[in-house]
Amino acid sequence: MSESQENKFQERIDQGAKIEPRDWMPERYRKQLIRMISQHAHSEIVGMLPEGNWITRAPSLKRKKILLAKVQDEAGHGLYLYCAAETLGVDRRELIDQLHTGKAKYASIFNYPTLTWADIGVIGWLVDGAAIVNQTMLARCSYGPYSRAMIRICKEENFHKVQGFEIVATMAKGTAAQKKMVQDAVNRWWWPTLMMFGPHDSESANTPELMKWKVKTKSNDELRQRFVNLTVRQANAVGLSIPDPHLEYDPESDDWRFGEIDWEEFWNVIRGNGPCNRERLQTRREAHEEGAWVREAAEAYASKRKAEALKQPA
Amino acid sequence: MPDDYTPRMQDTQWPIWEVFLQSKTGSPHEHAGSLHAPDFESALENARDVYLRHGDPQTSIWVVESRYIRTVESEDNPEFFEYTKYNIYRHPQFYDVPRGKRTEIERKAIQNRG
Amino acid sequence: MNEKQSKTEVEIKSESLRADLFEYLLRLGDDRLVLGHRLSEWCGHGPILEEDIALANVALDFIGQAEYILGLAGEVEGAGRDADRLVYFREAIDYRNLKLVELPRGDFAFTIARQFLFDVYDVELMTALLESSFQPLADVAAKVLKEARYHLRHSRRWVLKLGDGTEESHQRLQKALNEIWMYSGEIFQPDDVDRRLWDEKMAPDLEELGERWKREVEGVLEEATLELPDPDQYMAEGGRQGRHTEHLGHLLSEMQILPRSYPDAKW
Repeated sequence: MSESQENKFQERIDQGAKIEPRDWMPERYRKQLIRMISQHAHSEIVGMLPEGNWITRAPSLKRKKILLAKVQDEAGHGLYLYCAAETLGVDRRELIDQLHTGKAKYASIFNYPTLTWADIGVIGWLVDGAAIVNQTMLARCSYGPYSRAMIRICKEENFHKVQGFEIVATMAKGTAAQKKMVQDAVNRWWWPTLMMFGPHDSESANTPELMKWKVKTKSNDELRQRFVNLTVRQANAVGLSIPDPHLEYDPESDDWRFGEIDWEEFWNVIRGNGPCNRERLQTRREAHEEGAWVREAAEAYASKRKAEALKQPA
Repeated sequence: MPDDYTPRMQDTQWPIWEVFLQSKTGSPHEHAGSLHAPDFESALENARDVYLRHGDPQTSIWVVESRYIRTVESEDNPEFFEYTKYNIYRHPQFYDVPRGKRTEIERKAIQNRG
Repeated sequence: MNEKQSKTEVEIKSESLRADLFEYLLRLGDDRLVLGHRLSEWCGHGPILEEDIALANVALDFIGQAEYILGLAGEVEGAGRDADRLVYFREAIDYRNLKLVELPRGDFAFTIARQFLFDVYDVELMTALLESSFQPLADVAAKVLKEARYHLRHSRRWVLKLGDGTEESHQRLQKALNEIWMYSGEIFQPDDVDRRLWDEKMAPDLEELGERWKREVEGVLEEATLELPDPDQYMAEGGRQGRHTEHLGHLLSEMQILPRSYPDAKW
């Protein structure tokens, strides 16, 4: 790993080239990407659980189909992302073990509970809205397989946020009980959503390196601000309030300034003390354990057929 | 976080397959992504379930187990790709030739038609 | 399945035939709704990601079919009930699905066993319904059959994989088949509604359908090295007449909670 190789690599990145799996890359680039992509994949998979919680209770057949398709998409997106991580020389099995043993992280947002149907709307609107801001950036990232997976994901996810916002808008102009439900959901999900963008730039250890390598092209605070600006206007359109007394318009920059995030809560949830951390992980472990015999059976069946095919003359 | 969990020592890992989709007859198959499957029939079914679920029209699916794919990248092996640069004579623009001209007989016939 | 359908009045020659057709469409629709519900419970809990996605596709197909067929049932009834009204505001005793589809999802072997038995029936049924003299039913069959064939392809392959996979998978699937078998008799047990619609050439002869079903199931089980469960055992019935297991009540109370709790709300 000579310095000239590193320089050449950086030069290619600076020229906007995409890095492909078999290209030379610094070990640290590989490690960072595996960490980031697998964390992203885990988030999709764990993210199926809070929303999956409402599939059987969706209030109409139309909503049921949309929600089921959306949660299924999350499985699909987890699958694409694991495959992208696997191009870097790591097995999906290993990555899943890292999730199950708590060695790997996933987005903390999914450690919050979905208490009412309004949560399904608000998750689509806020959580997917925040994810889109982040993913649109990642679609341009320097690692080819990650970037391609993100392009497909962004395309498929187009409807996720809109379906959520439609639920929110419908409930916001519905009965008093619905309005109360949806405002309550906004109050609970607003701050955790802002935390999704990660710590302040000054606190984010990985950001400078990831930006140098064009894995990320925008900083956490930039993305967060972009999201707040978009969302405040949408909240205004449906007559819901944002639970932040410090929210204030800055005409100079055309930005909505917002209050300080409770970072203690953020770190607490990351450390495993969020409302649903244990449950989420337990559910994933169980599904995986209970699926082991199925995976083995399919493999055994495939090897039997292969052995048979070898025995028979062509 | 309860960390008394030990993952299974022996878990199967189905092979990885690459999926190629053709969006209309006559078009080339393009790489869509990958998946895991124990055998080719399952790989095809999984490809259908994973990559066609959004309903964009597709006319054909190929799957191939990833380990059978071999690659050469221009990055590590520039001379492998260099050859094509000296091939300009394979392109029609390389040549300087006169265009065809209508014959006298044709021109008269056209004039007579008015 | 495309949920768009014509809102034209369905022409039916007598009120008693209308009642029979309504009843019959509820049976078709409720089977799909309840089975789709059970399959949707797998979402996020499947044995492997690829299969999680596959099961969700099948669930989505069934829910789409239910929406379409119950929509048609509502039109036939002519009392202003749409698919959602029929789904969310009927009691368990008014549901007309087979008991087979309401049983809890169990392990993956149980889900596959049930799915396979149902999918073989579904392909046979829809093939027969293509010839229905009631045109809307023939149209339903044409739409459903394409999906049903794919479902069968999927569940049949899993029967082979589990049956002829490992010792454990073989035992689990055999156990599931033995447990579920007593719920298969009801599928082919005709009552007066079936007989009257058969006379009108609107619905198929269930007993004949049952013969074809049995041959197909036997063939696949044999290929999968599985034993056919005792065919002469006691067979449960009553689902078609609204006499269900206790499971359906729990399923519906979960499914119907929001529209029942907030009858004035739109979602």
